[in-house]
Amino acid sequence: MAILLDEKTKVIVQGITGREGSFHTKLMLDYGTKIVAGVTPGKGGQEVHGVPVYDTMEEAVKEHPDAIASIIFVPARFAADAVYEAVDAGMKLVVVITEHIPVHESLKFINYAKQKGTTVIGPNCPGLISPGKAKLGIMPGHVFKEGPIGIISRSGTLTYEIGYALSKQGMGQSTVIGIGGDPVIGTSFTEAMELFEKDPETEALVLVGEIGGDMEERAAQMIKEGRFTKPVVAFIAGRTAPPGKRMGHAGAIIMMGTGTYQGKVKALEEAGVKVAKTPFEIPELLRQALKK
Amino acid sequence: MKLFEYEAKEILKKYGVKVPKSVLVKKGEDPIEKMKQAGLEPPVVVKSQVLVAGRGKAGGIKMAKTWDDVKRLVDELFDKPIKGIKPRLLLIEEAIPHEIELYVGMVIDRSERKPVILASKYGGMDIEEIAREKPESIIRVHVDPFIGLKGYQARLIGKKIGLTGKALSNFAKFLTALYNMFMDYDGELAESNPLALVGDEVIPLDARLIVDDNALYRHPELAKEILEESGEYTEWEIKARKKGLAFVELDGDIGIIGNGAGLTMTTMDLVYEFGGKPANFLDIGGGASAELVKTAVSFLVEFPKTKKIFMNIFGGITRCDEVAKGIVKALEELGKLEKPLVVRLAGTNEEEGREILKKHGIEAFVDPIEAVKRLMEL
Repeated sequence: MAILLDEKTKVIVQGITGREGSFHTKLMLDYGTKIVAGVTPGKGGQEVHGVPVYDTMEEAVKEHPDAIASIIFVPARFAADAVYEAVDAGMKLVVVITEHIPVHESLKFINYAKQKGTTVIGPNCPGLISPGKAKLGIMPGHVFKEGPIGIISRSGTLTYEIGYALSKQGMGQSTVIGIGGDPVIGTSFTEAMELFEKDPETEALVLVGEIGGDMEERAAQMIKEGRFTKPVVAFIAGRTAPPGKRMGHAGAIIMMGTGTYQGKVKALEEAGVKVAKTPFEIPELLRQALKK
Repeated sequence: MKLFEYEAKEILKKYGVKVPKSVLVKKGEDPIEKMKQAGLEPPVVVKSQVLVAGRGKAGGIKMAKTWDDVKRLVDELFDKPIKGIKPRLLLIEEAIPHEIELYVGMVIDRSERKPVILASKYGGMDIEEIAREKPESIIRVHVDPFIGLKGYQARLIGKKIGLTGKALSNFAKFLTALYNMFMDYDGELAESNPLALVGDEVIPLDARLIVDDNALYRHPELAKEILEESGEYTEWEIKARKKGLAFVELDGDIGIIGNGAGLTMTTMDLVYEFGGKPANFLDIGGGASAELVKTAVSFLVEFPKTKKIFMNIFGGITRCDEVAKGIVKALEELGKLEKPLVVRLAGTNEEEGREILKKHGIEAFVDPIEAVKRLMEL
């Protein structure tokens, strides 16, 4: 078991003929991901690394009705359109790698996907990987190993660093999700935690947060209320970073008291979560948490 | 991107909002003549057009009761830096006598994933203190981005901040205009504080609009070079931005380069944990080219605050060999690195990267802790 993605998940790559799309299609195929089709408007009929390309999602799904997930490498201006297309084609999971999508666009397609029952990961994210099974993203596969630890992260490269540190200590991962760095994202900490809570293979969870926003505080609240019961270790990047840019009075009022490093650590510790000072403390803290 | 008050008000006019009559003056222009042409007479308010917050408290807004006041205050405000920034333009606006100042603003609520409207009957300079002390006095209403702000919601917000009768419907009309501007212009923030209540009318005495940088391609008329004026960046941050580097200046003396914001911040935290103080944050992002790496390294060598430089790369899309080539390029261009450089390379093509650096006498660490320890010994 893993969450959202395994070796049987059939995947469509949107934007498969582009530089990034084609490059990562190869890497995902090499890792074992079942990529059944690609979509690039105007490039229907071609093949990319042996994967058939279609002009539209509708055609791709017609030929490959068992596809349930898509990954989007489409440039920012056209990415929202690609998400609507994926949702309307019945995808259950849509991973949006693209960065620089206007936030008003993300706001709308995320609300739309939710109404239709589609899970969106991202935008501006590295995707997800269920080690040993499949990866739907751009992370280097070799740093992750199969095992019982779930990871949810707001950061890309930092996730690789932490996965690497855990794997080296023999602590493999069930599923690793990079939820993305944009202000509005499809899957939050708490939403991903609900999935990990239900996954029997996941024994403990690592939360990789950052300063800003209030997702860590909400995760702490969820743990405090007993809605997430597995051991959790957290790391928050940005202890020494200056406070982020102010956004008018409205920004300050809405974020009142949340978003700082100290606030996040306090909230998590009050919920019984150990917070690592460096990413390299995480394996030891996990070991202690699992012993209890 | 932040817009100036006068720009936000110009846009509001397109939505049928009545804003105070005004003229915009540049340095060297005769304010009196411009006012007369526009049919504007004292008393007026002279307002420094700067993008920094807290302009009123910093003395950037002055009342001119006579023509002499206008002349004097225009000269005074052009010479007065507001939080370090001198204005390029002043807005001279008819004075609107009023007793009641309201507050309205809107942002995107990240957690709810919806626009949220905030309103209060206690507008003015102390709105944030009021929000802290009397949070119940701030009305919050979320809006479905597909359905938009409905008339009843706008009226309900007005009612809750104490408006009735004609004032209530005028407020609702204004709020709808502000919301439409926020949505049409890809706003990160739209705000009016204070929003004056004059009889039955509501008049925005100030207006703010921040446009999402990622959406500027569809508002090309707004795009402008305002790095210096925004007041958000230091001299070196502006230099860095012009070179396309994501750089933030800090107080310490150790230069930091990382790939990805999270890893770069963590690298700063790590240096701090081992007793060092970061001089900056510099994120080369994902998939950096050798050219960008060269620019980043040369920039930190030049940056006077740095005594030594720590580069922490974990390759995903970023290829370690490409990073190594960039370091070598910087080395070749500068002759030699005048400041010690410690490199940690891991991830995609790390072996190749280390090999390239080794040939040029640079050791690259695999373990970040060992790398930081070495850095602190230097």
